Amino acid sequence: MVEDELLKGKVGEVLDSYKGERKDLIPILQQMQASFGYLPRVAMIEVAKFLCIPGSSVFSVATFYNQFRLNPPGKHPIKVCLGTACHVKGGERILESWERELGIKVGETSKDLEFSLERVACVGCCAMAPVSVVDQAVQGKVTPTRVKGILLSFQLEKEKQE
Amino acid sequence: MTDHPSQIQTTFAEIQSKTEARASRDTGKVSILIGTATCGRAAGALEVVQTFTDELARQEIDAQVSQVGCMGHCYAEPMVIIQKPPYPPICYGYVTPGIALRLVEDFVLGDDPCLEFALGALEENELIPTVFELPRFKYDMRLILRNCGYIDPEDIGQYIQGGGYSGLAKALQMRPEGVIEEVKNSALRGRGGAGFPTGQKWDICCYAPGTPKYVICNADEGDPGAFMDRAIVESDPHSVLEGMIIAGYAIGASCGYIYVRAEYPLAVERLTIALRQAQAYGLLGDNIMGSGFNFSIELMQGSGAFVCGEETALIAALEGRRGMPRHRPPFPATQGLWGKPTSINNVKTLSYVALIITQGAEWYRGIGTEKSPGTAIFALAGKILNTGLVEVPMGTTLRQLIYEIGGGVPKGKRFKAVQIGGPSGGCLPESLLDTSIDFDSLSAAGAMMGSGGMVVLDEDNCMVDTARYFLDFTQKESCGKCTLCRLGTKQMLDILDDITRGEGRCEDIDLLIELAEDIKAGSLCGLGKTAPNPILTTIRYFRDEYEAHIIDKCCPAKVCQELVGYYILPEKCERSCDACVGSCPTEAVYTAKRGIKAIDQEKCVKCGSCVDACPPQYNAVVKISPKSLIPPSPPPKDG
Repeated sequence: MVEDELLKGKVGEVLDSYKGERKDLIPILQQMQASFGYLPRVAMIEVAKFLCIPGSSVFSVATFYNQFRLNPPGKHPIKVCLGTACHVKGGERILESWERELGIKVGETSKDLEFSLERVACVGCCAMAPVSVVDQAVQGKVTPTRVKGILLSFQLEKEKQE
Repeated sequence: MTDHPSQIQTTFAEIQSKTEARASRDTGKVSILIGTATCGRAAGALEVVQTFTDELARQEIDAQVSQVGCMGHCYAEPMVIIQKPPYPPICYGYVTPGIALRLVEDFVLGDDPCLEFALGALEENELIPTVFELPRFKYDMRLILRNCGYIDPEDIGQYIQGGGYSGLAKALQMRPEGVIEEVKNSALRGRGGAGFPTGQKWDICCYAPGTPKYVICNADEGDPGAFMDRAIVESDPHSVLEGMIIAGYAIGASCGYIYVRAEYPLAVERLTIALRQAQAYGLLGDNIMGSGFNFSIELMQGSGAFVCGEETALIAALEGRRGMPRHRPPFPATQGLWGKPTSINNVKTLSYVALIITQGAEWYRGIGTEKSPGTAIFALAGKILNTGLVEVPMGTTLRQLIYEIGGGVPKGKRFKAVQIGGPSGGCLPESLLDTSIDFDSLSAAGAMMGSGGMVVLDEDNCMVDTARYFLDFTQKESCGKCTLCRLGTKQMLDILDDITRGEGRCEDIDLLIELAEDIKAGSLCGLGKTAPNPILTTIRYFRDEYEAHIIDKCCPAKVCQELVGYYILPEKCERSCDACVGSCPTEAVYTAKRGIKAIDQEKCVKCGSCVDACPPQYNAVVKISPKSLIPPSPPPKDG
């Protein structure tokens, strides 16, 4: 419960910069997600109170758009592009490689909260297909071997820090 | 408003001279331009930037390094342009940090322009061949991509020096009706896909009752396989702003919104910078250039819903609701955002506006075809050599675009089809390659201009799988409002799933066609109305592939996983090499008698790693479809 109170405080900080108009709902949710990484239930209820709309309206918007997630992401979010060009160049194979190497399915977060895996429609780098976005960096021309390589570099980085 | 043309002229001249003063300080220096749009970054452009800046600092060379947008030549990224007088500007492709070091050492410091890395010069000269002799550049006709890759998108001065905002200055000296008249005369058609005449939209919006009025720029490029809007916004954001301000002036709006995808963070960043600069120069805000016209622009990030590319859904999203389309009429031009008259235009459409105002409607109509004047922009991707953005006059044929500009299909593979217009478009076969690129010819062939994604498919692509892919996309993105779209696309997808798994029935093809027609008729918005297009065109032009899947349980392109198996040809296997065994993630590849490798079909997950691992000189791993043709696997070595 202490955590919830803390969260509410942070939500309040975000809300302070808005006037409370209905049109602000999506920008508020975007900002929430930017600060928390996802949309916690408590935060959505606070937003509903702030905008004087039912909680269901907030939830319906949050679930309509692909951008919003309701569970915490991994430390390193991995987005696999499955746009047309990536599909044609074997994007599904890359997604399967990520799933296999990470041991999680698309939409899940690994148990150690290090990685989360998502599919995205198109990141607009079609000429570099197949593409994966790891953290914020766009990785072009990904192959199953490259997937292993990227994960290995994270592991090495982590070992170096320890 | 138009009482002070002379004052507008003077104010604009002041703004221009301000930027010139800044520019004159920089001449004479070596200038290095590096393309750092999203696609360049994916190819490693930021490392190249770092190398240049570090090396120049280390050698204490006074040169200017600018990050520019995308030239559209994604295949050659990272691209660098070096301007070193008296040499002409030279364009380099495929630049790596190593090449960057060489360029600094040999060209910036020395006098060797390292032509082995150059694509060509960007100006006529006696020394170096120009890039315009390359087919990829020769057919390009750059109207709205004119600045992309040549100017720093984060510097408004460079845009103004290239003639930017003079369209706005000219428009503000005209009467709003005059601006609309000019755009109407140009016959500019909306580049969002549907091709509605822009002037007519503005006209309706201008005379619709109700205030305030709004201008919305639709930069929600959700179409997978299209990235021209991103390139324009990232590389030349001011051309979009200028178009919006002119639109606002023409229809009498004082407020505009740009709805841009949140998946394009760099576009959002560069637009934010551009807005701030335009404001600082008095090109946005109150009393623009002393004309008495006020206009402001707000940025709104789209949250990732394909259907929001539809104008009424986009309005719903801007109002903070679920992005679901509503019935039209009333059209947004009369009742749009918050019920007020709203003109929604695509990024590309708005980019043309300033050019039409400065150069005139006559000039614009002289380009392209009679019914579709101007240029078409395509994002070339897929199985094509020169991927990237191309801008060509309307009326160019698909064959010219794919073979002469795009360089054809790589690796000597056979061309199979070209998919135009994304999930709403269609697949056209080789026999239709002489179709002219314009709104009407493409629609007649069953495809559509759409947002301009163009994906080339070769013999290794399965048409049923391609159709399934697009339907899977639209089915997931269907907002669920119309029953036929929501349930119909799901039914069609289930049928296609069956076919790709080898469980299709002969009557499925006719059932697909029937469902497709019903979904088209029973959906409110463009998503549902066009979702069946990929299926209808693939059935129309590639029916034999559907039949092979259904009757022979065979995927001719060997793509559909359930119908394909991997097999190692014993006569080609090198035996002592273990590459395939090591690459297999599921230990399906094993060693049989006499060292020959074989695959356990039960364990194989068909990831294709062994195909990649097998050295090209052996090429022993093959795909076989139908699976019944795979010979039985030999027993493992030690029994």
